[in-house]
Parts: sequence; structure tokens; C-alpha cells
Amino acid sequence: MPAVSKGDGMRGLAVFISDIRNCKSKEAEIKRINKELANIRSKFKGDKALDGYSKKKYVCKLLFIFLLGHDIDFGHMEAVNLLSSNKYTEKQIGYLFISVLVNSNSELIRLINNAIKNDLSSRNPTFMCLALHCIANVGSREMAEAFASEIPRILVAGDTMDSVKQSAALCLLRLYKTSPDLVLMGEWTSRVVHLLNDQHMGVVTAAISLITCLSQKNPDEFKTCVSLAVSRLSRIVSSASTDLQDYTYYFVPAPWLSCKLLRLLQCYPPPEDGAVKGRLVECLETILNKAQEPPKSKKVQHSNAKNAILFEAISLIIHYDSEPNLLVRACNQLGQFLQHRETNLRYLALESMCTLASSEFSHEAVKTHIETVINALKTERDVSVRQRAADLLYAMCDRSNAKQIVAEMLSYLETADYSIREEMVLKVAILAEKYAVDYSWYVDTILNLIRIAGDYVSEEVWYRVIQIVINRDDVQGYAAKTVFEVLLHEPSKFGRWFGSVLLGRPLVQFNLLHSKFHLCSVPTRALLLSAYIKFINLFPETKATIQEVLRCDSQIRNSDVELQQRAVEYLKLSSIASTDVLATVLEEMPPFPERESSILAKLKKKKGPGAVSVTELDDSKREAGELNGGADRGPDTASTPSPSADLLGIRSAAPVGAAQTNAGSLLVDVFSDSGCSHFPFPLLPIHSLFVLLPICFHPCFVLGLSLHPCPVLWPPSSAPPSEDPAPPLSEADELLNKFVCKNNGVLFENQLLQIGIKSEYRQNLGRMYLFYGNKTSVQFASFSTTVSCPGELQLNVQSKPVEPLVEGGAQIQQVLNIECITDFCDAPLLNIKFSRYGGALQNLTLKLPVTINKFFQPTEMSSSDFFQRWKQLSQPQQEAQKIFKANHSMDTEVLKAKLLGLGTALLDNVDPNPENYVCAGVIQTKGQQIGCLLRLEPNAQAQMYRLTLRCSKDTVSKRLCELLAQQF
Amino acid sequence: MFALVANQKVVIDWPCFWVVLGGSFLPRGVYTVLLFKMQFMLLFSRQGKLRLQKWYVPLSDKEKKKITRELVQTVLARKPKMCSFLEWRDLKIVYKRYASLYFCCAIEDQDNELITLEIIHRYVELLDKYFGSVCELDIIFNFEKAYFILDEFLLGGEAQETSKKNVLKAIEQADLLQENIDFQMRLFAAPS
Repeated sequence: MPAVSKGDGMRGLAVFISDIRNCKSKEAEIKRINKELANIRSKFKGDKALDGYSKKKYVCKLLFIFLLGHDIDFGHMEAVNLLSSNKYTEKQIGYLFISVLVNSNSELIRLINNAIKNDLSSRNPTFMCLALHCIANVGSREMAEAFASEIPRILVAGDTMDSVKQSAALCLLRLYKTSPDLVLMGEWTSRVVHLLNDQHMGVVTAAISLITCLSQKNPDEFKTCVSLAVSRLSRIVSSASTDLQDYTYYFVPAPWLSCKLLRLLQCYPPPEDGAVKGRLVECLETILNKAQEPPKSKKVQHSNAKNAILFEAISLIIHYDSEPNLLVRACNQLGQFLQHRETNLRYLALESMCTLASSEFSHEAVKTHIETVINALKTERDVSVRQRAADLLYAMCDRSNAKQIVAEMLSYLETADYSIREEMVLKVAILAEKYAVDYSWYVDTILNLIRIAGDYVSEEVWYRVIQIVINRDDVQGYAAKTVFEVLLHEPSKFGRWFGSVLLGRPLVQFNLLHSKFHLCSVPTRALLLSAYIKFINLFPETKATIQEVLRCDSQIRNSDVELQQRAVEYLKLSSIASTDVLATVLEEMPPFPERESSILAKLKKKKGPGAVSVTELDDSKREAGELNGGADRGPDTASTPSPSADLLGIRSAAPVGAAQTNAGSLLVDVFSDSGCSHFPFPLLPIHSLFVLLPICFHPCFVLGLSLHPCPVLWPPSSAPPSEDPAPPLSEADELLNKFVCKNNGVLFENQLLQIGIKSEYRQNLGRMYLFYGNKTSVQFASFSTTVSCPGELQLNVQSKPVEPLVEGGAQIQQVLNIECITDFCDAPLLNIKFSRYGGALQNLTLKLPVTINKFFQPTEMSSSDFFQRWKQLSQPQQEAQKIFKANHSMDTEVLKAKLLGLGTALLDNVDPNPENYVCAGVIQTKGQQIGCLLRLEPNAQAQMYRLTLRCSKDTVSKRLCELLAQQF
Repeated sequence: MFALVANQKVVIDWPCFWVVLGGSFLPRGVYTVLLFKMQFMLLFSRQGKLRLQKWYVPLSDKEKKKITRELVQTVLARKPKMCSFLEWRDLKIVYKRYASLYFCCAIEDQDNELITLEIIHRYVELLDKYFGSVCELDIIFNFEKAYFILDEFLLGGEAQETSKKNVLKAIEQADLLQENIDFQMRLFAAPS
């Protein structure tokens, strides 16, 4: 290349970029890039010293390659060399490279810092700015150590150029954020504050960000900024639209600076000085007035800038929360925006009103917009706007409008987006509880909620309902009656509610209940079984029928351990125990002590990890735990029901004694009250039945049996304690399947032990963190774990032994390193042994969720590549196919998430049918790489899938097909 | 090799387990205590190709790629008339489409969305003025210039200089330095 061509920019770079753009496929691009990388590497390593221009060009190419998403592991040294070039463009590219690609290589940072130091002391403003930009971009601790004391000096020095001051202010801000301990303003404080008065608007704009941040940390030291900010704001607000020249943006004077000023003021309470405060109120009024003026331009930029200031002013008004007049005006202004044609404004108005609703001055004003907000919830086309409307309805809800709002939210739930349903359910449940004036409304609402959004109703919600119903005997009649009717007419939707319905003539009840048994999920069946044993206790006449049910093979030999255990134990209990024993064992639960709603805690949690601390969550969960298994509570606490602190508690809870005398009498006829004459028989007391409910959620409470390694009533032959590792649990495969598409979660949990897993995989290696939690309050002794791999040399799993003692409530961690030698089918087995009280040895074997797909590397490819490869893998044994019924939701997002979780790349625009999913990946084992292509064809109508896999190795196709068929 | 956070405490109750493990990957303290204005800015094409990325919070390359991938998908899936703001994880995304390019900023939850929208617009104006009706190709081939302009306008996620004239003046001065040097080099390199 002739030297002359260097003149027009960097031609080599432009040619390279064109080449990349002309690449037809990802592979061609990678090939071209690798060629270039090899070229650059050889140039950098070559004997001939490169001139500055070439260095700049190659560094720039590396940067481009990095920005395309490829890893760059060399060139840093050359970039650092460029920093000390005295040619501006070389220096500039050097700095850019460092800013984008810096890693905390301490050796390099020292060199970079040296170059920066030179540029900072060069007195050349352009060089100084470059150096400051670099510090602000990298912002590392090392840089803070080197420059935190230097930059304030540059910032306040009289002879510093304005542009340098601007960079210095923001640079200092960045360092302050990374290392607040190193940035000491001290003597500079007042001079920095006075930058608010600077002639140059750019300097003020930059400095105010710094001042705002510092004020948040040291409000007292920076207090003087309030009056300065107010006067600056006042000057801007009252200036004509052209006064500020280039700082006027679409006829709005200095919108960025205004917003920043208003933001700064939000760090402080309203000014105490009357004059300052008066001036500020005047400013806020002017801003509100301007919103009413006709726009000076039709451009959206004009209205956006103007409204940006308005919203910031409203934030300040809400922050002060002391000017009723301004609050109401703000509310009216937002009310206008609620019907604005700009979606953005409607969104922001809804959002801003949410905070206004919590102010006592503006709550009523917000409420006047209820119809508009409900309308927004129904008609907005954008889900994020609807979400805001739902939030606002929740915020503006009070006793006066609760019924309307809850009804609207319920009807919205029928069509609501899946992404927000769970949160909506919680909100409805909370509002229904908080503002319930009569129980029938509460019960109806919750039942409706479950009918509409059953799948999204979390455990907390129905635990809470049962808690409330149990504590209030006046609601029990209505609740039981309603649930019974629902059960009669609409059985399919009510899943777990079955367990709570026991009404009517005993045998009729039982038959009704049992007729739905086969429709229920395993947890519900477990509840039902517990309900049956209570039937036997309360109505001896049902005993024979129920024993028959328990005795039948589908119960006593059920493949689910929990169901089987319950059936066996209950059967034994009913035949061995005397009536007295039975009555004692199944004695009703005392009412729950009142406490914070578990759903409220859940909602807080949903609002993101930042909103609630872990301990709070801890509490809420503990509470939920107690709710369903209050086994720890002795009779003492139970005999003194706490006066209802709950909002629902309109009257205080009835004493337990009274409730107990009712139990067993068969006198309350709910239906005769309501005129349902087709159920003329006497009904059993609903109270007692509801009271019994929570018991059945927790098998360990029923008999206190399951807690023991070898249950008293368990057939002794089935689980003999032994020193050999137990055979894998029957549900081990099911547990394994849960982890095919995810790497983290709870692997196993019973009454004693919880095992959490966090794992990561790279190439053919994996690391798995196992967390063993002791859920009891007693120590686990001789705790040991072993991992064994079936099959020969397919996986290599290494682990360190764990601590032999696990204290009650404590958790220990174990790390496994996993290497995939060759492809495999069988998961490694994890055996855990420990004893409690020095008693029987617990011996448990699980399958570790290490499946072949964990070693996938996603592969992106174009449609043509995909089909080409697909054809190459055409031998019949390379393909595995399965047609199966959907077991889970067929929702697109869920499917996509699962396919991504699988580890493959999800390829868009490959399959001609957009409904289908196509994935590609390479399984990395130590010995070889196995390419895999996947195609999943859902048929929503038939609720079926066809899954086809083609892999370069036949065993892998089969195994993946087996694994995946369980996932969808 | 493994980017697992050290000393991670996992509590026993499973919902908490998820908070700790499944929670946001942005370091917690960064946005609750330290108030970064803008967290990052991404420019990408309608085909989902990333054209420019600027990160104002320290994140690993892996995290950056993950965020980019998810966000590009999310934004591209939105329909034209939809609101320019969306909540995404703990952040708020403000985006706007100009011809074939999406400009996308992540700000904190309580930040001013409209002014961020105008930050995007001002940046587009700056690019437009500098390149003379800018198009995607200008940004591809002169990506370094796009970065330089951005650095003059925003620094550390905060507006440094909002005057169009002043920003362009700074960039033009730098270009002048470059041309002088190029001119000298030409003289030097091609004596014939």
C-alpha cells in the first residue's frame, strides 16, 4: 500500500469494515476476522517497529472487532503506547481503546495512569479533556487513587478552560461514585458550590450533577446550594425563549439544566428562608402555567423538553408535600395528560399520579380521575401503560372505591398479559382483604380471583384466605357454602380448593369430594386424603367407605410417595386408633395469631430485590411456614386469641373455647337461610372443618410421623436403614427433569433438608455449588455426601468432603467440578447420609442434574447454513423424533426461555413456519464436539408437539430427545 | 473462569433463594446508593446488529452481552405506536427509532424519561450535523467519531455540554488537529 493513502483517514480500516459487511455468513465473517487478527498479531510481534499511524490503524481494527462482539486479548500494550504519542489522533484512538476495553490489569493501569498524568499536566486543553474523559469512562479504583486529589484542583482553578472544567466536574463525579472515600472535597466545597453561578451554562450543567451527588451524601456541607439553585432556576424560568442562545432547545430555555436544578432541590426539604421559598414557589407556578400556554412549536421535541421540566417540577412538589395548592394543580395537569394523544405522556401521567395518590392533600383529587384510569386499563394498547394504570388504581384505592376498583381489576385479569398476572392477583387479594366491608364480598372476590387466574394464584394467597376464614367464625358459613356450590358446578377450575369443602350430609359430601379426586393434582390429592381421615373422626359412619377408598391399589400403591404414605398411615390410623386417640390426633387447630399479611410481603418481594431486604422476606416466608404447619405453637398461645389487628377483623376473633364446643354438632343449616331447599339435610359445622384445613397441608403435623426416618406406621420392610447408599428416590428423575433447562434452583426438599443448586458450565467443564440446608432446629451429625457416576468414564466429578456437622437452621456448601469426557445418558448420583439425635441414619440418593445438554455451546447460523447441515445429518440413526402431548403452557415466551435454557442458540427466521422453533448448538466433550440441530413444532390446537433432533452422534440424539420431551 | 459472585449466602427458604440467585445481575449498590444517571446507551439496527455501546456502570463483558441480547430482543419486539419507555428489570429503558437505528438508554427508575428522550435526540442532531444527514453507514464506518461525539456530549452518563455549537466546536477542533497532521504526513510520506 503506498504511503500516500494514509492521508485519507484510515483506508485499511474502511476496507476491513467493508469486507466484514460483505461477508455472506457468520462463518465467513469469523474467518475474515481471524485472518485479520492473525495479521495484526504478526504485525505487532514483528521485528520491524510500527509507525504511529499503523499502530493506530491496527488498534482501531481491534476495537472494531471487539465491538462486533468478539473477544480481544492483545493489543492493549500498543494502545497504551499510542497514549504517549504527541499526535492527537493517535492519542485519541489509544484512549478510546482503553476506555472501551480496559480490564483491571494492574500492570497496564499503571502505564495508563502515567500517560494520563502527563496529559493532565500538559496544559493543552484538548489533551487534558481526553485524559479526563478516559478517567471518567474507566473510573477504576486505581485511577481514583492516582487522580482524586488532582482533579478538584483543576476544577476550581481560575485559569482552567471551561471545557476542561466541565470534563473535570463529571470526571470527579464518576470517581466519587466508585470510591467515595478517596474524593475529599473539604476546602473545595464552597468553590464547587459556587460553580452554580458560573457564567458558562455548560459548566453549570456539568457541575450541578457533581453537586447533586455530593449533596446527597453530605447535605449539610452543601446546604448553600439551595438558594443558588433557586435563583439560577428562577433566572432560567423567567427568561425569554431566545435569551440563552444555544442553550435553548426548541424554544425551551436550558431544559437539561432546569431538570438538574429541580432534581438537586429534591435532595433538600423546602427552603426555610421565606424569600427563597417564595421565589421557588413562583418558579413552580410559572412552570405549571407554561404547561397551559399554547405550544411555541409543533415539534415533539418542544413539548418533550417542556414536559420534562414540568414532570420534574411535579416531582419536587410531591417531594415537598406541603403545598396543597400546588399538589392539586399538579394533579389536574396530570389529569389532562391522562387523555393526551401521546402515549408517552399518558404513561408518565399515570406513573406520576401514583405518587400523588399517597399524599393526603391530593389523594381525593387523584380519585376523581378513576373513570379515565379504568378506561386506560381497558383500552391502552401498550402493556406497559396498562401496567401503570393498574398500579395507579391500586394506589388510589380506598374504602370508598374498593368494590369498583377490585371489580375492574378482576375483569382486566381475564385478559391481562401473562407477565403481570401474578402481581395483579396479589394486588387484588390485598385490596379485597384490606377494604372488605362484608365477608360475602371478600369470599366472592377471592373465589373469582381463583376462577379467573387460578394458575397465577400463589400459595400465599390461598393460605391467607384460609387463615382469615379460620380466624373468623362469622365468615365460615358463607365461605363453606359458596365453595360447596362452586365445587358442585364448576369443579375443574378449583384445584386445591377441593380440600376446603366439606359440607352437606357426610356421605354425600364425601362422594362429591371423591368424585373429583382423579381430576386433582398430587398436592391436592394429598390434602383430600387428609380431609378423609378427618371425616372418619367426625363422622364414624363414613369410616367403612373411606377405608375402602384408602385401601384400593391406586392409593396404597400410589407411585407418589407422599400419597402412598398418607394412604397407608391414615388407613392404619383409622383401624388401629381408638375414637379417643383419633379425636386427639385430629383435634382442631387453634386460630392463627394475627400478623402481617403474607401476600403483602410477597408483593413487596415482587417489586424487586432492592425493595425488601432478605430478612424481611425471611420473616414473611417463616410466617407462611407457620401458617401451614403451626406445629410449634403450644396450647397456651392458642387459648388466648389475639384481638384482631387485621383490617378484616371487624369484630374480634371468637374465643377458641366457644368454637370447640361447636365442633362435632351438626346443627348449622346454612342452606335453609339462603333458601336452597334442595339440600334439606343438616350440615356439619363448617367452622370445625375449616379449622382442620391447615393441618392437612402439612403432613408432619397430622401424625408427626413423616419427620421420622422410619415412620411408625410405615411398613417396616420398605425402608430399612442401611449403610449402603439407598437406591435413587422414585422422584429423582422428575427432579432431574426440572433442571434440564435451568442451572439454579432447589433440587430437593423435605421436612429435614433442602438442597439448592447453582451451576455453571463452560465448554466441557462445569462447576456446581450445592447448598445443603438443615431445616430443623437440631444438628445433623455425621453428614456426608458421595457422588458416583454410572457408566464408564463418561463424566469426571470431583468434590471435597463436606463438614460432618450441620447445625440446626444452618447451611453448608459443597463445590463439584465436573468434566464431560464423552457423551453420556445417566446422571451422576448424589448420596447423602446423616443422622439426627444420633438416631436412625438418613440415607438419600438423588440424581444430580448434570445432563448432556449442559455442555452445549450455542451456535448462531443463517437459514441456509442450518438447512444445509440438517441435510448432512440425514442418516436415520442420527435423527430422533418424538410426538408428545404438551404438559406445560405453550406460551411462546415460556418456550423460548426453555429453549435458551437448554443451552442452544435459538435461531430466528430459519424455519419457514414462524410458529416453529429451531435451535443449534455444539456439545463439547473432552474428546469430541457433537453438533446438534433441533426443531420443535408446536400444535396449539391439538396441544401437541413434534420434536426432531439431529446430531452427529446417534446416542446424543436419543438422549436429548428423551430429556426434552419431558420439558414442554 | 467462573463469574460466580464470591461469598454468596443462600438462605434456606426457597423464595429467598431466588432473590439471591435469580436476582438482578447488576451490582446492587450501584444503583441504589450511588445514583448513576444513565447506566448505558446502545445503538442497534432493525436487524438487531449492535452499532454502538456505551456503558456507564462497571459490568463484565459477559453481563454486557447478556443485557444487550435481551434488550435488543425486547425493544425490537415492540410495535411502533407503543410508549417509548419500558420497565426492564430494575431499570427504565428509554428508546427511540431513527430510520433504521434504534437508540436505547437505560436509566434509573426515578429518572426523567422525557429529558432522556431528548438526550437521544440531541445526540442524533449532533451526529446529523457532523456527518451531514447521518445514516447508519456513517456510524458503522466512523464508529470512533460517534464515540468521540458522545464523549463530548455525555460524560459518565451525565450531560456535559448540551449546546450543539460547543460540542461540534470541540470535535471540529480535534479534526483540525488531525488534518494538519495528515497534511504534514502527506508531505513527509510522498516527496514525489
